[in-house]
Formats: sequence, structure tokens, C-alpha cells
Amino acid sequence: MTALLEIKDLRARIGDKEILKGLSLTIQPGEIHAIMGPNGSGKSTLANVLMGNPNYEVTGGDILFRGESLLEMTPDERARKGLFLAFQYPVAIPGVTLVNFMRQAVNATRGHEVPIREFRETLFEKMDLLKVDQDFARRYVNDGFSGGEKKRAEMLQMAMLQPAMAVLDETDSGLDIDALRTVAEGVNTLMNEKMGLLLITHYQRLLNYIKPQFVHVLIEGRIVKSGGPELAEQLEASGYDELEAQLATA
Amino acid sequence: MTTAPESIVSEYKYGFYDPEEALFKANKGLTPEIVNMISDMKDEPQWMREFRLKALETFNQKQNPPWGTEQLNDIDFNDIHYFVRATDRDERSWDDVPEYIRRTFDKLGIPEAEKKYLAGVGAQYDSEVVYHNIREDLEKLGVVFLGTDQALKEHEDIFKEYFGTVVPPGDNRFAALNSAVWSGGSFIYVPKGVKVDIPLQAYFRINTQNMGQFERTLIIADEGSQVHYVEGCTAPIYRSDSLHSAVVEIIVKKGARVRYTTIQNWSNNVYNLVTKRAVAYQDAVMEWVDGNLGSKLTMKYPSVYLMEPGAHGEILSLAFAGEGQHQDAGGKIVHAAPNTTSTIISKSLSKDGGRTSYRGLLKVYDGCEGVKANVRCDALLLDETSRSDTYPTMEIDEPDVSIQHEAYVSKLGEDQLFYLMSRGMSEEDAAKMIVNGFVEPIVKELPMEYAVELNRLIELQMDGAVG
Repeated sequence: MTALLEIKDLRARIGDKEILKGLSLTIQPGEIHAIMGPNGSGKSTLANVLMGNPNYEVTGGDILFRGESLLEMTPDERARKGLFLAFQYPVAIPGVTLVNFMRQAVNATRGHEVPIREFRETLFEKMDLLKVDQDFARRYVNDGFSGGEKKRAEMLQMAMLQPAMAVLDETDSGLDIDALRTVAEGVNTLMNEKMGLLLITHYQRLLNYIKPQFVHVLIEGRIVKSGGPELAEQLEASGYDELEAQLATA
Repeated sequence: MTTAPESIVSEYKYGFYDPEEALFKANKGLTPEIVNMISDMKDEPQWMREFRLKALETFNQKQNPPWGTEQLNDIDFNDIHYFVRATDRDERSWDDVPEYIRRTFDKLGIPEAEKKYLAGVGAQYDSEVVYHNIREDLEKLGVVFLGTDQALKEHEDIFKEYFGTVVPPGDNRFAALNSAVWSGGSFIYVPKGVKVDIPLQAYFRINTQNMGQFERTLIIADEGSQVHYVEGCTAPIYRSDSLHSAVVEIIVKKGARVRYTTIQNWSNNVYNLVTKRAVAYQDAVMEWVDGNLGSKLTMKYPSVYLMEPGAHGEILSLAFAGEGQHQDAGGKIVHAAPNTTSTIISKSLSKDGGRTSYRGLLKVYDGCEGVKANVRCDALLLDETSRSDTYPTMEIDEPDVSIQHEAYVSKLGEDQLFYLMSRGMSEEDAAKMIVNGFVEPIVKELPMEYAVELNRLIELQMDGAVG
């Protein structure tokens, strides 16, 4: 069976600095993976490289999406294939309402115009799911949003675009416990057996609400350890330092 | 000799031209004889002839404004036709307008817009107004909407009372030039308490090569009245330059409200040097919505003089400069009374080496306590070769005021593009979305039809902007 997402010995740099130093990971449909790592380990680089941020340069390896290499594709082509990135720091687009932005995004990813009535119905349904106020859609994209609002807006977009493969970059940061629970419930509702989910996080707390089958530890641009959910708990108890120390002496 | 228009009209769909069939075209050059001839042809009262001749002297004594650009020195005032008469009648029915001119305005969509959403329309072709009409019910209420030449004939008293009082000929060199050779433009009088609920529009078209268009607009909104005036303009693309130098004077009396919207889309061979000024009295509201997309060089700073307490002035300025264009725009607010308020919002976009400048003046006189003023200018650069400058001037002579000023220059953000593209939009669509969002605060102030038109013009300018 062709994997949904297969990352093979991926190397990438920003400027002269190599950040990813041979990262491999395979995700099958229906799987939830978590990548955990300390600051500077390459988590956000991975998220950006997967989506095709032009500021990062891939220097080796490959990223296959349903067997097809993404490396030559622009970010919009990747999105239209079904890849989604929930940004750690979503940027503001002043003057553009969330509803207009999402409508164009939905039409672009589907490749055809979705009738306005159908779009609105879906939008209101998803807004209910994520417990966001209807006024939210009339605000300008991320403009003056609180940290929590930005993350909810990202989840709302994911809900609307229904990607095959979603990468959530530090989605738990900036969320209080209630918001975290709401967002996690939303993600769990959206998740299905055809979809893949990659959670990128520093802390274990998100994983209390969204349960991954696979946990990977990223240190200095490589996955140094993989396991089940218990690995996340271990890390929470002992911290990255201990693991790094173990690796150094190994 | 007539040079054919360049064939680069693909992006500028208004670049077509009519064969020159003018009834009369003055020889090039600016002399007292030319000025006298204009006055003769218009059969004007003696006071107007004297006003013109005096203004010509003023023009000859004055220098070009010291700011802005050296491009101004390229204008050869002796190489311009100062008066071109296409037809000797200002008609009230499109059927009576000479056919080739009517076809031009048809192509520009004017008669159609008139039927759909306008209360009245004026159309100027070269030097003179060829068509003017207003909804009958408004006319019955006493609203006057005429070509300025005709208004001088029919309403000389009120005309003389206000003409040249808001923008005197000595104000600046181009105001003097206009005062000497003015022709055409709109005259509007709205009686006390009358509210004109949908816009009146004037459309200005230059057809003749090397021509100068000098319309003169005078709007008087009497107490408690309300009117929205919209102007649009285009010209054919010629290799040689044309000059458009208008003067607009507006009097907004107690409790009245005037909005003046411009969608300037001259071809890129037109110098657009315009003086626009309004005076607002007690509790009156004056709003300029000034969109500049076309022309080679525009220098235009609509201004509001707030003369009595409670008056409010607002200037919304939008400029887009593409290749070979310089939009030197902005606004001027003068607080000459206590408890007056004002807002200036300027948004400018530059691409392909285009240049935008914001030039603004905020003046508060001593003793005008309780003034509130807010100035915000944002510039967006769409590429590395374009340029934007901000020249804000503040003269605040009163301590008890609240003034806010913010200015930002930004580049089309890579992170914004990446964000939108990650949601499936092409780079070009993403750039358009960012630009549409950037201009939204101005566009949302326009009536729907004009908002659509403006967005369309911006999208045309944006085509091929990236990638």
C-alpha cells in the first residue's frame, strides 16, 4: 500500500544553516503521529518544508505524498493535493474577511466553485463544532486576533478544507485549557480513517486530548527515538535533557 | 501631424480615440489673445474676461511648485491646445449628442450607468460639456446640475458670489492657469434641506492630442442639504503628453453634507495637476474619496477648511502607481474653528518602478481647542523597484487638541503570500487578495458599482504583477 505521507532522509536548510539532517517518517491513512522535540530541534522547519515555504531549501531526500514527490510543487499545488498546515504563527491579512478568505480557499482546493449556500451551511456547522461566534467570520483574517483565536481560525480552516493530511504546528501554544479541549475535540471529530495527522509539539499536554498512535522525538534535525504514546509520558516526566544525555553517552 | 495611438492599449481598455473632428481647435500656445478668444467664443460677461486675463498674468508670474518632481519642468506650455470645441451645444438628450461622441460615451458605459444608478450625469468631451441631465424630481426640488459654462449664463448671481472664493487664482500656478483658460466642468447647487439620495456623476474625456483640459467645478450645498458627486476620467493613449488641470471649489453650509468621489484613470500620457478645496461650516461634513490609478504624474491634495465648530472633514486617498507613473497625492485639512474633527486615510500601492508620494498638511490654528484629528497613511510596495515616500506636515498652534498620526510602508509580505498559497491560492490570486484587503478601507466607502469598478481596475493593474 502506498503511504499517505513518506518523508525520506530529508535534509533542509535556511540560509547557510542546516536544520533537518536526514529525517524519515511514514504516515498511513488513519494514523496520528506526534513529533516532539525541544526548541531548535527542527520542528517548525519540518512543518514549513512540508508545505513548501520558499525560505527553506531542501538539500537532500524526498517527500512523497501518495507516492508523488512534493519537492517541485509550489505551496498552492501541495494544498490542492490535500496537504494542510496549521501555522504556529498565522499572519494577519488586513482588510480580508475570514469568510471571503475561506471561500476562496475552499474553491481553490476543491478546484471548482462551491455554491454559496452550501459553503455557508458548512461554515456555520464547523463554527459550531469549534464553538466560535458567527461574527468571527466577518473579522479580518488573524487581524487583532488573540493567540487562542488564531489557533481556532486555523482549525476552522482545516475543518473547511478537509485535507487528506494535516500538519499541526504547535497548535497547543497560546491556548488555555478550555480552548485546548475545544480545539482537540474539533480535531478528533474531523479525523477519520482516510486522513493522516501529524502533531508537532514541544509539550505533551496536547497529547492528553488528541491521542497519537506513534510518537517520535526530534533532536538536532533527526528522529532519535520512536514509540507509542508512552514515549510522550516518559518525556513529560524526564524531560528532553535526560534523553539528550542518554543519547550522548550511547 | 497626428501620431497614431500606441498599440500597447491591451491593459488600458479606454485607450481608444476618435478621429479629431473638432468644430474648433485653438492654435497651440498661451497668450492673452487665446484667453480673449475663449471668452469671446463663450460670450462671457466682462467680469469673467477680466478675471481670466488677470489670472493669466498671475500664471506668468508664478513658478511651478518647488516640491514634487522635476517631471513638471517637462511640460511645454506653448505646445498645448488650450481650447478644443467638439460641439457647440450642451444637450439634455443623448440622441442629440453628435454620434461619434455618443459612441465614445457608450463605450465608457455612461448612458447605461445613468439609467441604472445615477441621479444625473454630465459628460465633458475635450474642452466642453456635451451632455448634462438630471432627474426631473430633483430639478423640481430646485437642484441645479449644469455644465459650468451654462451655469454662468443661467445663474450668474450665485455663480459670481462663490466662483474663485475657495481657490483664488493666486493659490498656485496651476490654479492660475485654470482660472485663465477654464472651460467646462460641473456646477451644482443643492437647496436648503434637499437630500440627493443617489450620486450625480460627471465624466471627463480628453480626445485631442496635446490638449489641455481645464474644467472648473463649483458645488454649493446649502444648509442641511446632502449630495454625492462622482467623477471619472479617461483619455486615449498618445505618444505626446496632455495636460489636465482642474479646479474644484466646494461650499458646504451649516449642517450640509457633501461627498466627492474621484476615480481617476487617465492614460499614462496625461499630467494631472488639480486643485480641489472645500470649506465646511457649522456641523457640516465634507468627504473626499480620491482614487488615482491613471496619469503620468498626478499632483493632487484635496483639502477641507473647517470654518465653524462641529465641522468634520474626511479625506480617503487611494493611489496606484505602475510603470512610469508618479502619484503625488494626499490631502490637506485646516482646522480654523474649535471642536472640529478630521480624518485622513491614505493608501498607496507601487509596482513596476512606479512611485507614490503621500503629501499631507494638518493645520490647527491657535484657539481651536477641542480639535480631534487622525492621519493614517499606509504604503504597499509590490516589488523591489518601486518607491514610496511620505511627506506629512503638521502645524499645530493650539495645545488643547487630540492628534494621531501613523504611517507605515510595507512590502508585499512573503509570509502573507506563503500563508494564502498554503490554502490553495495561486501566487497571483494571493497577491490580489492581499492588495484588495489593503485597499478595503477606501473601497468599502464607495457605492457598490464604483467599488466593483475600482477593484476591477486594481486587478487589471495587478495582472502579471508576480511570478
